[in-house]
Amino acid sequence: MKRLRHALEGVGLGITVLLALFALSFIALDWMRHLPGFVGSVGTDGFFQVTDWGQSLDELFGTNVFQHTFTLRSFSTGILIAIVGPLVGTFLVHRQMALIGETLAHTAFAGVAVGVLATGLTGISATSDNLVFAALIVSALAALGLQWLTAHTDSYGDVPIAIVLTGSFAVGTLLISWGRNITPIPVDTEDFLFGSLAIVSSGGTRLVGVLTIVVVGLVIVNYKQFLFITFDEQAARVARVNVSAYNSLLIVMTAVVVVGAMQILGVILVAGLLVIPSAAASQIGVTFKETLVLSVIIGQISVLSGLWFAIAASVPPGGSIIVAAIVIYLFAVLVSDRAIGQISVH
Amino acid sequence: MGIITLFTGTVVTEVETTVSAVIEVENVSFSYGDTQAVEDVSLTVPEGTFLGLIGPNGSGKTTLLHLMIGLRTPDSGNIRLFGQPAAEFEAGERIGYVSQRSTDRGETMPVSVRETVLMGRFAHAGHNRITDEDRAIVDDALERVGIRDLENRSISALSGGQRQRTFIARALASEADLLALDEPTVGVDAESRTEFYDLLDELNQEGITILLIEHDVDILTEHVDNIACLNQRLYHHGDTVSFLESDAIAAAYGPSSRVIAHNHP
Repeated sequence: MKRLRHALEGVGLGITVLLALFALSFIALDWMRHLPGFVGSVGTDGFFQVTDWGQSLDELFGTNVFQHTFTLRSFSTGILIAIVGPLVGTFLVHRQMALIGETLAHTAFAGVAVGVLATGLTGISATSDNLVFAALIVSALAALGLQWLTAHTDSYGDVPIAIVLTGSFAVGTLLISWGRNITPIPVDTEDFLFGSLAIVSSGGTRLVGVLTIVVVGLVIVNYKQFLFITFDEQAARVARVNVSAYNSLLIVMTAVVVVGAMQILGVILVAGLLVIPSAAASQIGVTFKETLVLSVIIGQISVLSGLWFAIAASVPPGGSIIVAAIVIYLFAVLVSDRAIGQISVH
Repeated sequence: MGIITLFTGTVVTEVETTVSAVIEVENVSFSYGDTQAVEDVSLTVPEGTFLGLIGPNGSGKTTLLHLMIGLRTPDSGNIRLFGQPAAEFEAGERIGYVSQRSTDRGETMPVSVRETVLMGRFAHAGHNRITDEDRAIVDDALERVGIRDLENRSISALSGGQRQRTFIARALASEADLLALDEPTVGVDAESRTEFYDLLDELNQEGITILLIEHDVDILTEHVDNIACLNQRLYHHGDTVSFLESDAIAAAYGPSSRVIAHNHP
């Protein structure tokens, strides 16, 4: 039973790595084909090779999905955020900072609003690329601000979280209404709220590609430190781990991941991708490493099935991804002996 | 480093003692805002001491322990850890720390016994990979506290006593010279508690310095060889016998304390 479980986890992780490599290659080709010279021609060749394969897949399944650039971009983005979201989220959930993701998503919305206003005032076109970029900056700054606030109030209290969460949303709505009066906005802000396949631009996809490599790299390099501060912050401090530096790193990584994932999931739902797969994995996992692997696999299943449903039913993908994740979570609670054990203990 | 001067006739010989101070606390005060927690405390912990910290609730025991291991910085006074100013002390692997809060996450966070003990090697490894030597040290630590057979279990599946052993194993794996334990046996059954304190005695005999906060004065005086009795100020610091003979506990706990009756039948 245990061996079967480890084998399944190995297969799941292997498939995830292959999917990630595909996604990163596609994003790289999509970027290269706009470059001049040799790189550009290689990129173009590779890119059309992929869409050709997509067409063959479509013919095989009788679908109309894989041959289109925008669906390939959505899937690539989806595959990558399904890795980094749960990866960062698992640390957050066990640091009891689950709501940080939600808060940073709301500050990212304020960032979109700042982008709308700034583009309106300066005359730069308000493409979703530019708005995502603005969201990235504002959200990362807010993350550092939040970290500063918690360092000076000594806890991740509900109250500062609630204030920043609603406050940034309030500022966001004000700025967007104001921006609308100055200039017509070509981007539907509703897309940012609920997520949309249409706002996944090549720039946004590229951002997700880069942030995936950086975040996965940082987690691998600092895994021991993140695990230590998550499990026993005081003992980590005694062992002279720079806890506040790693906290800041974790929270800024969260901000970046949230902005990347927001394009597909939307501001309102993005925190679910960080929290739900980790919660499901924590029901089943015995070791922390296993839990991380499981959370990434569960994230992958949720995002791929959610995207498939969203395309098939023409609905925003955020809702279907989160519902898929919750179904897996409930299943994990049912099969886990832990829940029963915990109820009997308390 | 203490220096004993021996006068043998007219010849003066200076002998460096092998016993050096692990912790030196000098006129240390600390307050949380307006609340004074520790007031003008001075004490020295020589190497190999088993020191018990006692005092009523809110007497500043935990604060003093945190000050001693450098988790907090004093408002005034000096603290030296292994001869270095505590604030600049970087050799985190020399201190093993277990508090009640250490086990909090274990309730919900899926971490195996082995992973927990391996954390003792993290301060040694830094950003490098965990080596076979680290793994061997973890094996020994698990063996030592008698939980090798539980290594692949999740912490949440352990009893209170087994969990405490896991954290002691983590401290052993770090090859710490100093163990700081803040009420480590809360929620542990009586039998495991006895075993746990016997283990501490063994470790102390091997030369590890131990700082212990424990509510149960009886069990404390049975095991430690030195006691610091605290209520903001230091009421007594000396060996266990002198403490039991003194009236420090009455002074620290106040005249109407039940603890007195409990200790002086």
